[in-house]
Amino acid sequence: MTALVIRGGHLIDPAAGVDALKDILLKDGRVAEIAAPGKLKAVNGAEVLDATGLTVAPGLVDIHVHLREPGQTHKETIATGTAAAAAGGFTAVAAMPNTTPPNDSPEITRWMQAAERGAVVRVFPIAAATRGLKGETLNDYAALKSAGAVAVTDDGHPILKDNVMREVLSAAARVGMSVIQHAEDTRLTQGASMNLGSMSFMLGLRGMPHEAESNLVERDIRLVTELRDSRVHLHVAHTSTAAALAAVRQARRSGLRVTCEVAPHHFLLTEEHVGFYDTNAKMNPPLRSAADRDAMIEAILDGVVDAIATDHAPHAVHEKEVEFDNAPNGITGLETALGLSLRWLHKEWKLPLGRVLSLLSAQPAALLGMKGRGTLAVGSFADVVVFDPNAEWTYRAREGKSKAHNSPFDGWTMQGKIRWTISEGRISFTSSLPE
Amino acid sequence: MSPTATPARRQLPLPPVAASPFPYNACSLLSVQDLTLDALSHVLARATALENQDPLERTRILAKRRIALLFYESSTRTRTSFELAAKSLGADTTLVSSLSSSIEKGESLKDTGLTLRALGAEAIILRHNSSGAAWLLERETRLPVLNAGDGMHEHPTQALLDLRTILAHLRPGVEAVSAETLAGITVAIVGDILHSRVARSNMLLLPRLGARVLLCGPTALLPELAAAAGPGIAIERNFESALRQSQVVMMLRIQAERLAGMQLDLEEYKAAYQLTGQRLAAFAPNAIVLHPGPIIRGLELTAGVADGPQSVILEQVRNGVAIRMAVVERALTAGAGKGGRA
Repeated sequence: MTALVIRGGHLIDPAAGVDALKDILLKDGRVAEIAAPGKLKAVNGAEVLDATGLTVAPGLVDIHVHLREPGQTHKETIATGTAAAAAGGFTAVAAMPNTTPPNDSPEITRWMQAAERGAVVRVFPIAAATRGLKGETLNDYAALKSAGAVAVTDDGHPILKDNVMREVLSAAARVGMSVIQHAEDTRLTQGASMNLGSMSFMLGLRGMPHEAESNLVERDIRLVTELRDSRVHLHVAHTSTAAALAAVRQARRSGLRVTCEVAPHHFLLTEEHVGFYDTNAKMNPPLRSAADRDAMIEAILDGVVDAIATDHAPHAVHEKEVEFDNAPNGITGLETALGLSLRWLHKEWKLPLGRVLSLLSAQPAALLGMKGRGTLAVGSFADVVVFDPNAEWTYRAREGKSKAHNSPFDGWTMQGKIRWTISEGRISFTSSLPE
Repeated sequence: MSPTATPARRQLPLPPVAASPFPYNACSLLSVQDLTLDALSHVLARATALENQDPLERTRILAKRRIALLFYESSTRTRTSFELAAKSLGADTTLVSSLSSSIEKGESLKDTGLTLRALGAEAIILRHNSSGAAWLLERETRLPVLNAGDGMHEHPTQALLDLRTILAHLRPGVEAVSAETLAGITVAIVGDILHSRVARSNMLLLPRLGARVLLCGPTALLPELAAAAGPGIAIERNFESALRQSQVVMMLRIQAERLAGMQLDLEEYKAAYQLTGQRLAAFAPNAIVLHPGPIIRGLELTAGVADGPQSVILEQVRNGVAIRMAVVERALTAGAGKGGRA
């Protein structure tokens, strides 16, 4: 494998505590050497990328994406989804198991990682917690783990039965896997398509109460407490309500290993953005009240949130061009997460760049135990994103790499233009040169 | 809604909410909010003028223009009155209903709309069981779309005909409406508010003319947050107290088809909310009684009240034809907004 030198860039590696001008040598898929500008030793024959004026950071890690393969390739494939990831600066993505058929076996887990899928960044499958995502019978977690699965979840089919969830938490803990819960008490959300509030009332849409999320988070935390096993790791997916965040905050104070992620749309948008039935503002959990959105921002700024994850959920155009209550849930996110985070978290809300990058790389990688990712310490995987932190650009959903265009951020101003994304030493995305 | 929300410590700039692009077509009537008070006055005036016009002369207004009625839900009053209204103006109408069309085969609303447009439809009147369907159809076809009821959301022509009925009784002779026209008037809307598009259109429309809207019903059918729906709206759970305050009483049907598993004790409901002759005489002897239909005699109101002297239910139906002539004319009159060839 050829060697790559990234020269003249400003390296920000929060996990390693680096924030300085550095040259980097990547070799055989790993970070081989880091040195002050012009001081690298073994650069003979290496291809050189000039990163003068650019930021060099660990490749981003998204622990919540839907790549739709196997089975729903009209929405996205592993090849197109990872191309979108690379275009967004991501070098590792964790793929949810609600595929067709669901990923509940070592065979599918391995199939998703096979070279024939054409992934341009690393795919970490998250396996189904129960057979067929039905919330009844546990899968073989040891076998799934050795096939490469990094966590288990029933994602969009939350595990409601206490005894099943207790078994899932404890079985996953025994093999050192995390349990991710999409917290939604579906008994409270039948037929609902947006947040419950005066907005849903006026639009004549059935609403999801915020308790549907927080009740289940509280139930799960109670189960974790009762298990009294420090190996148990509960991760709350796409947290969207102030009440659920408060529960996570409290659990953490009690010393429990309970973590959470927040999606960009939940810290930027509210139910108001549904407007007159914009199906690109329909997702689950739904866009919430302004108070909930403000709580997401606060929790990111004060450090309660462990990771930003996109919940990238591609759908074909025709699937979203329907009546609001008939439209599928979800929006794309891989190509907008960095641009939105830099534009809002960093520029507007003054979260230091290193912390923004940590929420998008080091922290999510650590959550799911992705060793050698989320940092550029020597010996780590050569997963790198190089971007111009100050460049502003306009996102056009139709020009993206994803097969899908279902984004509420179409036409929004983004900050931070990606120049290169490098996955395990290979350039997986190159932008056209700035004019 | 979120009691545990931490109050924002900092004043942060936030992403804006884009202004609504609707209506794309100025001739559409998706919501009662699409009409300014001037436009509303114009529609009311045209309804009267068209009603009084010579029928033969009237057929020249939209002679041979093409209007499609697209109905995904059953309807007696709305469909018939729209059809009669369009035909009274000379238009050719065609009815497409979800049964007996390609909708049964899975054709989407978008494709159905584009097909009707290709067939020469110049406007589409849509009744649909999904809230927001009229917005989708308008965006995809850019034709004038008249919302004849979308799910639990709005039914603007019903609110307009209700307004015409109310004005005829309480403000006779009023031609143009203003923000004070209904000042001092309280309208009670009673029953299944949660599932009612008629209630939503009326509670958005009547307060703009100065009326006070009192919503009345049990919590299951009238959530507390309805009071925050707009200005001039309040909740009064006690039916008799609501009656005592009201000059207009609008009774609603319990929408069994939209209850979605909700359990309702009908005997209890009737005991608390049925409009009986006794209640009407005791608490609102001078009020007019409206009902958008279909009425279920013996449930939300008794037969005696439906047929009694305070009932204006059939007048509402009659007003429906006049109002719909006015909005159909507006839909096909270029440069509407204020609309009409007065």
